[in-house]
Amino acid sequence: MSTPATTTPNTAAATCECPECAAAITLSRIPMRGEVLRCADCAVELEVTSTTPLTLALAPEVQEDWGE
Amino acid sequence: MTDRPRISILGGSGYTGGELLRLLLDHPHVEVAQITSRSQLGNFVHASHPNLRNRTKLQFIAPDQLAPCDLLFSCLPHGEAARQIDHLSTLAPRIVDLSADFRLRDPAAYRKWYGSDHASPAWLDRFVYGLPEFHRARLATAKLASGVGCNATAINLALAPLATRGLIRTVVADVKVGSSEAGAEPSATSHHPEKSGSVRSFAPTGHRHQAEVRQELGTFDLHMSITSVELVRGVLCTAHVTPTQPLADKDLWKIYREHYGSEPFIRLVKDRTGIHRYPEPKLLSGTNYCDVGFEVDPDSGRIVVLSAIDNLMKGAAGSAVQCMNLMLGFPETTALTFSGLHPL
Repeated sequence: MSTPATTTPNTAAATCECPECAAAITLSRIPMRGEVLRCADCAVELEVTSTTPLTLALAPEVQEDWGE
Repeated sequence: MTDRPRISILGGSGYTGGELLRLLLDHPHVEVAQITSRSQLGNFVHASHPNLRNRTKLQFIAPDQLAPCDLLFSCLPHGEAARQIDHLSTLAPRIVDLSADFRLRDPAAYRKWYGSDHASPAWLDRFVYGLPEFHRARLATAKLASGVGCNATAINLALAPLATRGLIRTVVADVKVGSSEAGAEPSATSHHPEKSGSVRSFAPTGHRHQAEVRQELGTFDLHMSITSVELVRGVLCTAHVTPTQPLADKDLWKIYREHYGSEPFIRLVKDRTGIHRYPEPKLLSGTNYCDVGFEVDPDSGRIVVLSAIDNLMKGAAGSAVQCMNLMLGFPETTALTFSGLHPL
């Protein structure tokens, strides 16, 4: 799952939507490809999969596995 | 003497009375005038509420020594306020009753859920149900407010965004609760050898707070089970919802953000990383917050909504002080912004 971003140079380098919870994410600079960001609402880790256009995807996560 | 509103507490030696007093002593706009207790008559309040030592010189007085005040909190056992309401209304122009006596609008519901007829049914319609998140505008002009049931509050706040949109077909609310829900009076079930380490299912069906949920949220298919767990404070509601239409996590984020976006004491907790990814009652001890989270099972479409509160705070004294703030025209969050402790 990935979401392309839009650039808004006057207020921030870019804004994009969290692919997990749809929260607006505001970036103060254009990130690097492969950089991991975090959504302030749902705390999901998001990997920058492309910078042109800026695209975020859910980063792999470690699962809890109690009861096995 | 001050010109701040004078607040008194009737029946203040129990846990909710202690929490009320703790909150009111830190309230910048009110003065605690009197507090009553028959069993603790003459004792300093810290005899019952040791956390309040040196915070006040108040001593418990007898109920018949109560002087007129600006707002009266009643923490009497269920049934007592209903029997005494004519008298209590002569003591204060505003009353917040923390018992169940004025929560339900339908007198017949008291026979069904509390086992006896209501002693003053004509008063029921005069009280506003004391959950500000549901009745903020009415409370701002109310003279009389009820308390809230702690388990009902956890369920009501968990489900309101879905219920008000007609999105619930069936719900099974599994509620785990702390021992302080049972009050300050010891009983056989609170005896340490019996209580310690137990996970006691005490109301698999038929809990009386069901009436409050039905009254406030409407007539969907509702099932509740209550289990006492190894906590002193806290309620965790895990509500399994069969929705009327398929919903995804993103839909729920939108619905819950819309519903609770500006609420000062409701927080959405649904993190994809970290230790506390969903509501956790331990973190809410002493606070007036209700944390709400959710998750959709993509295979079945079942929605699991979780909510956590401190039963003595958002489920009792905290909501009552929030009501008082509204009724007296103070900022709603006054004296209620404690963030809790971590670690605890």
